[in-house]
Amino acid sequence: MYKILKKQKWSDTIFSNWIEAPFVAKAAQPGQFIILITSQSGERIPLTIADSNAKEGWVQIVYQVVGASTLELSLMNEGENLYAFVGPLGVPSEIENFGGKVLIIGGGIGIAPIYPVAKKLKELGNYVISIIGARTKDLIIMEDKMKEASNELLIATDDGTYGQKGFVTNIMDDILKKESEAIKDIWAVGPPIMMKMCTRVANEHNKQIWVSLNSIMVDGTGMCGACRVSVGGKTKFACVDGPEFRGNLVNFEEMILRQRQYCDQEREALMLLEEKIRRQASNG
Amino acid sequence: MAEKLKPAEKLKKDRVPMRNQEPLERVQNFLEVPLGYSLEEAIQEAQRCLQCNPPYCVAGCPADVRIPQFVEKLIAEDIKGAFLEIKQTNALPAVCGRVCPQEEQCEGACIMNKKGKPIAIGRLERYVADWAKQLDYSDAKKPSTKLNKKVAIVGSGPAGLACASDLAKLGYDVTVYEALHKAGGVLVYGIPEFRLPKAIVGYEVDQIKELGVEINLNYVIGLTKSVDELMQEYDAVFLANGAGAPSFLKIPGENLNGVYSASEFLTRSNLMKAYEFPNYATPIRVDQKAVVVGGGNVAMDAVRTAKRLGAKEATIVYRRGRKEMPARAEEIGHAEEEGIKFELLTNPVKILGDEYGNVVGIECVRMELGEPDESGRRRPQVVEGSNFVIDADTVIIAIGQSANPIVARSATGVETNKWGYFVADENGKTTHPKVWAGGDIVTGAATVILAVGAGKKAAKSIHETLSNKQ
Ligand SMILES: Cc1cc2nc3c(=O)[nH]c(=O)nc-3n(C[C@H](O)[C@H](O)[C@H](O)COP(=O)(O)OP(=O)(O)OC[C@H]3O[C@@H](n4cnc5c(N)ncnc54)[C@H](O)[C@@H]3O)c2cc1C
Ligand SMILES: Cc1cc2nc3c(=O)[nH]c(=O)nc-3n(C[C@H](O)[C@H](O)[C@H](O)COP(=O)(O)OP(=O)(O)OC[C@H]3O[C@@H](n4cnc5c(N)ncnc54)[C@H](O)[C@@H]3O)c2cc1C
Ligand code: SF4
Ligand code: SF4
Ligand code: FES
Ligand SMILES: [Mg+2]
Repeated sequence: MYKILKKQKWSDTIFSNWIEAPFVAKAAQPGQFIILITSQSGERIPLTIADSNAKEGWVQIVYQVVGASTLELSLMNEGENLYAFVGPLGVPSEIENFGGKVLIIGGGIGIAPIYPVAKKLKELGNYVISIIGARTKDLIIMEDKMKEASNELLIATDDGTYGQKGFVTNIMDDILKKESEAIKDIWAVGPPIMMKMCTRVANEHNKQIWVSLNSIMVDGTGMCGACRVSVGGKTKFACVDGPEFRGNLVNFEEMILRQRQYCDQEREALMLLEEKIRRQASNG
Repeated sequence: MAEKLKPAEKLKKDRVPMRNQEPLERVQNFLEVPLGYSLEEAIQEAQRCLQCNPPYCVAGCPADVRIPQFVEKLIAEDIKGAFLEIKQTNALPAVCGRVCPQEEQCEGACIMNKKGKPIAIGRLERYVADWAKQLDYSDAKKPSTKLNKKVAIVGSGPAGLACASDLAKLGYDVTVYEALHKAGGVLVYGIPEFRLPKAIVGYEVDQIKELGVEINLNYVIGLTKSVDELMQEYDAVFLANGAGAPSFLKIPGENLNGVYSASEFLTRSNLMKAYEFPNYATPIRVDQKAVVVGGGNVAMDAVRTAKRLGAKEATIVYRRGRKEMPARAEEIGHAEEEGIKFELLTNPVKILGDEYGNVVGIECVRMELGEPDESGRRRPQVVEGSNFVIDADTVIIAIGQSANPIVARSATGVETNKWGYFVADENGKTTHPKVWAGGDIVTGAATVILAVGAGKKAAKSIHETLSNKQ
């Protein structure tokens, strides 16, 4: 069960796995995510469904190694089984034919979750303008797939090593300045600070925007409240009420503080795992 | 073999006390607090039973445990026989023997309760069930008759497991769907190890699996598959998904770091084993001072867990008085022995944080008890101007659960009431002819044994319905 069918390394820190999970694949829709546990002593980590195939029974995930659990996942090989894999979780994106253009913005590892949204939007006949960005060229992922899923694809890197130098928000602002009227809806997925900035730009142009909130989760089914976020002054559970919300209503400051809740413990867990890896390496 | 006591002698004897881990020692570990009876103690206690006919005690047990019969076999030192008597009707004896509120159930109904000395039925049941686990003895075998009828069960808590067990024994093909990665519901994610060791839950779940019950873990009904689809694929569906959505106080500061729902706190600690962090990867935050808001069993579990996770000071804040606390007296007693502080007639109004978003305290007001309300409990009223602050780096909200809507949303034609609980009759029948429901998702948060009872009644009703219709 939950076999790693295929694994690719896309950069120093970014990996993609294809997992055998026929029931999840059958029900998966854009905007939804899964929760997996690597091994019996592991934690539950949420990852967006980057792609899925109901006929072949697999789900693709794309992840960046940022701590102990993603590191452990990146060390597992093709043919190995994950301890748990559950989904699809969350509310699917509200996608339809809006009869015009839509703007899609993906930052860093956020490009992976935005891909199925772009793909579906285009399938339904929308004109999709996508902006993808990252710190540097090496971290721009899924460019070909995004090109396929978009009518126009624009690229930004902070350091100018690829595409336009600067942030996705610069391009977003330019587009909205030119054709705010034509843009029917906007999605932005990426680090919270990027989503916050995109929301600011959207607000400046009086536009609605969807963001996907990656708050800390445990069960992912509405049972614990770990993932709570403030949206429009009300507490919502990102795992069951979201993860997509209207960015215009989101309290990003609170969300960013909540994401740092376990910084000390996370560092400790990572150090322990790295130490274990070192010891294993030196033992042969 | 133990000698038989005369009735007069039986009446004179007192309940055999249970040995517990010493408070100072046990707050340093997560091992079980009550140590269990020895064989001698169990027999000594069993000998007090009057073997009533009809037995009053059984009327108090929703699982219809054959109490006088198993007690008689225990006295005769036929422990296996006693175990088989219990297992005829109760699939979870080691669990129930530990966590049933016996004072309100079997022991409350026991004739000896009139003398204030009911037979310690729960402890005896625990003794017998633990004997089986120790010897790895199992009576479970796949039934020889197969009915070729399929039943789907949503949720692997006590209601789902009890229903699965009874139906499997009757020859049904039973599939349980469970959202989490372990079976047992609140037994594995809510109730702490020091009250209910997870190995014991695992053992009883394994016996149910040996009956041929299939448990599909990591399967969220309403998302992975809908109830509507289950209705198409199965002859009957039993909804036993529990009342799993946490309630909050809706006061300022509740989203600060270090503020937990009891469900999150206990899930991290129990299901994810955060008390063994970093060997288990899930983190939990407890520093010096933990405050738990609430006065029920869940609050007691949370506060005692916080103490064990290293809180120097662990405090219960409850808005009514000690008498009104809904927690079992035994649990409150255990908490007191462990040095838990109680701020009674106290209600939080605001949670205070620092500039990094971490909780630093909880502002409360004192309460006094006024006139009785509809429930007959005296209504607490705020003492104006009594605001004060309790320092805290962890705050846990344990004020109850409500219905999680995921399952109901995908169940066409199954009516819910205004709080989102399924509407079901005393046999668990819902407004859909193929669907039954039971446990917390019908009654609201209740008890393990009531959930077991509901699962058994639904199994009986499903069997009656499916065998009438060929
Ligand atoms: C709905 C959702 C979808 C996501 N999709 C993706 C994705 O497609 N690709 C991807 O690389 N990442 C995604 N994430 C983030 C991913 O879950 C975290 O990076 C991962 O859990 C980090 O685990 P770690 O142990 O390796 O790192 P840690 O060192 O433990 O944590 C690093 C940071 O990740 C966050 N994090 C830690 N634990 C959790 C948790 N249990 N739940 C959520 N966030 C946590 C915290 O902000 C933390 O500071 C998603 C998160 C959510 C909520
Ligand atoms: C901390 C705590 C301590 C308690 N202590 C005691 C005690 O000492 N004594 C006592 O008698 N009672 C106690 N209770 C109450 C008792 O545990 C519950 O009343 C009982 O577990 C209810 O059983 P249930 O089968 O209805 O639901 P649950 O035990 O809640 O089980 C429901 C199961 O369904 C699963 N589920 C939910 N949604 C889905 C879905 N969409 N798809 C698939 N599966 C799903 C859940 O993950 C869970 O495993 C306590 C409760 C708590 C929270
Ligand atoms: S199952 Fe619970 S109520 Fe029934 S006899 Fe055992 S302890 Fe008592
Ligand atoms: S009511 Fe009490 S004394 Fe009588 S049979 Fe039951 S346990 Fe024994
Ligand atoms: S992760 Fe537990 S409620 Fe959302
Ligand atoms: Mg981690």
